[in-house]
Amino acid sequence: MSKTRIFLPRDAAALGVGANDIASTLEGTLQDADQSIELIRTGSRGMLWLEPLLEVEQDGVRYGFGPLIPADVPQLLEAGLLTFTSDISHPKALGPVEKLDWMKRQTRFTFARCGVTDPVSLSDYKSHGGFEGLTNALALDPSAIVEMIKSSGLRGRGGAGFPTGIKWQTTSDTNAEQKYIVCNADEGDSGSFADRMLMEGDPFSLIEGMIIAAMATGATKGFIYLRSEYPHAHIVLEEALSTARAAGYLGDEIAGSVYKFDIEIRLGAGSYVCGEETALLESLEGKRGQVRAKPPLPAHRGLFEKPTLINNVLTLAAVPFILAKGAEAYAQQGFGESRGTMPVQLAGNIKQGGLFEAGFGLSLEVLINDIGGGTASGRPVRAIQVGGPLGAYFPPELFDIPFDYESFTDNDGLIGHGGIVVFDDRVDMKEQARFAFEFCAIESCGKCTPCRIGAVRGRETMEHIIKGTEIDTNLDLIKDLCETMRFGSLCALGGFTPFPVLSAIRHFREDFTAGAIEPLSGRRSS
Amino acid sequence: MGDAPNSLERTRQIAGEHTQKEGPLLPVLHAVQKEFGFISSDAIPVIADVLNLSRAQVYGTISFYHDFRTEPTLPTIVKLCAAEACQAMGGRKLAVEIAESPDPDVCIENVYCLGLCATAPAAMINNEVYGRLDIHRLRALVEATK
Repeated sequence: MSKTRIFLPRDAAALGVGANDIASTLEGTLQDADQSIELIRTGSRGMLWLEPLLEVEQDGVRYGFGPLIPADVPQLLEAGLLTFTSDISHPKALGPVEKLDWMKRQTRFTFARCGVTDPVSLSDYKSHGGFEGLTNALALDPSAIVEMIKSSGLRGRGGAGFPTGIKWQTTSDTNAEQKYIVCNADEGDSGSFADRMLMEGDPFSLIEGMIIAAMATGATKGFIYLRSEYPHAHIVLEEALSTARAAGYLGDEIAGSVYKFDIEIRLGAGSYVCGEETALLESLEGKRGQVRAKPPLPAHRGLFEKPTLINNVLTLAAVPFILAKGAEAYAQQGFGESRGTMPVQLAGNIKQGGLFEAGFGLSLEVLINDIGGGTASGRPVRAIQVGGPLGAYFPPELFDIPFDYESFTDNDGLIGHGGIVVFDDRVDMKEQARFAFEFCAIESCGKCTPCRIGAVRGRETMEHIIKGTEIDTNLDLIKDLCETMRFGSLCALGGFTPFPVLSAIRHFREDFTAGAIEPLSGRRSS
Repeated sequence: MGDAPNSLERTRQIAGEHTQKEGPLLPVLHAVQKEFGFISSDAIPVIADVLNLSRAQVYGTISFYHDFRTEPTLPTIVKLCAAEACQAMGGRKLAVEIAESPDPDVCIENVYCLGLCATAPAAMINNEVYGRLDIHRLRALVEATK
């Protein structure tokens, strides 16, 4: 008799709500019963409101049960979890997971395997299409790989949205003995967890993406700069790297080819600004994470002054699909200049929070109220913040904005890393504006004055406004300060802090009691 | 580092294990802190010597990053997420409530995002992560570390 396969995530979000308690209850209960089961720890499907989500396979179909508490486990076993999976009637029974609305409506390119496979099993990876992209890449010239990335329309998923193919081309064109691939896994934006989910749920796809990037650009060494707040991702990545190395996918003669490449993980140390690419390079070199002035571009002179390709986790993890299925298959999805899919993350006060990968162009209304189901508290949605702590706040009146790079830029906002944080009607937008300055003050690297001093003065001025002191005068001061920060800061930390501040004032002026100010016009070219 | 000469010898040994790395300072600082719980001021010249850096460079790096500690810490460290997604789910209230009953063995710190934004509010307690917290669950989890 073949074993019944049971799947349970080892994703940090699932662990944080008791996935290991479910595993130990299950194992404890089954010990005496002589049941023949195989428990496989996967990544998360991304339906985080259903975690811990247990899946049982029957006739090749996976049936879901969640969100579970340990007391559900004996009940479900009694009801025949292991034998009559599909017929079980239990409040936590969800039916076939792939048929759930949330799953059916997605276009999962990057996250196809996440939650499905054992993240550290190379055979699982291969049997689900893994390394097909690498195999195709091995048959191509480096310049042809770069061309494919260009024609896929892929743009940097870290937030800046810079065309990935151009970055690859520039690094490839720069001659040097030593070049580096650096994966930016310093995902610090509140509301974002896609990098974490991918690294914990499908680390080989990131590794494969980095290998292909190395082949295309001529790099021989890669670093994954991982934030220290992600200890579980660290464990999974280390395991996946040693497995890949043992199987000949890293090291000399990758997959029997002439290419040589290896990857090392480096931990950050709790600094948000190190997610900025030049600060990240300084940090990798062991220095204070201070932003560098550009030029030179990292692609010309980056890590240890060598040409360096820096891409976000999601950017690199999108690469295997493009090489496996073709640039056209990727570019077919999307909207306007934003091609392909974006893993949107619904977070904060939301009923159905999680990761939803789809082509660009869905409206905020669909994402928040339809897919996300509105607030968790059941109260009206009052505000959302899109794109992390440097992203703008929007009211429900603007929920017709489509989710893509240009639409958000046009509305004085940014999509950043694709995180959306939902707030209900109890939010005080003065406090959110104050927090934006406070966060910038805490995380400023200190190199440029507009950010270092502007953030502190901004926080102080917001505190005056909150106390009701000379509100109109102080709001004028805030506007002035934001203009200086926006156009005078060296990087996005100081430069974009005005987004949450000014959008809060513009769209929620009633919270600031007196007067209001006009938003800044004009855009930063970078 | 109570046992000064031995711990400095150990620091020298740890730093020596990383000298082959490119840009070894952050890995060394993480390793020293993992061993001793913090990086003492006495360790700075030792690390600087092994890595051929100035003491100012080592100190400058330590002081830049929120993670690095220069003083011994309490047995239990609670890193409570203070970022927006957790704010939206009552994170600020949770921080106030937990501060109302201070515990001499517990250090409460802010962290800005643990990537558990759809199961907010979240915290990391001694390197384990927890989501969907309320004050009762948080207190119980803190107690369980003792």
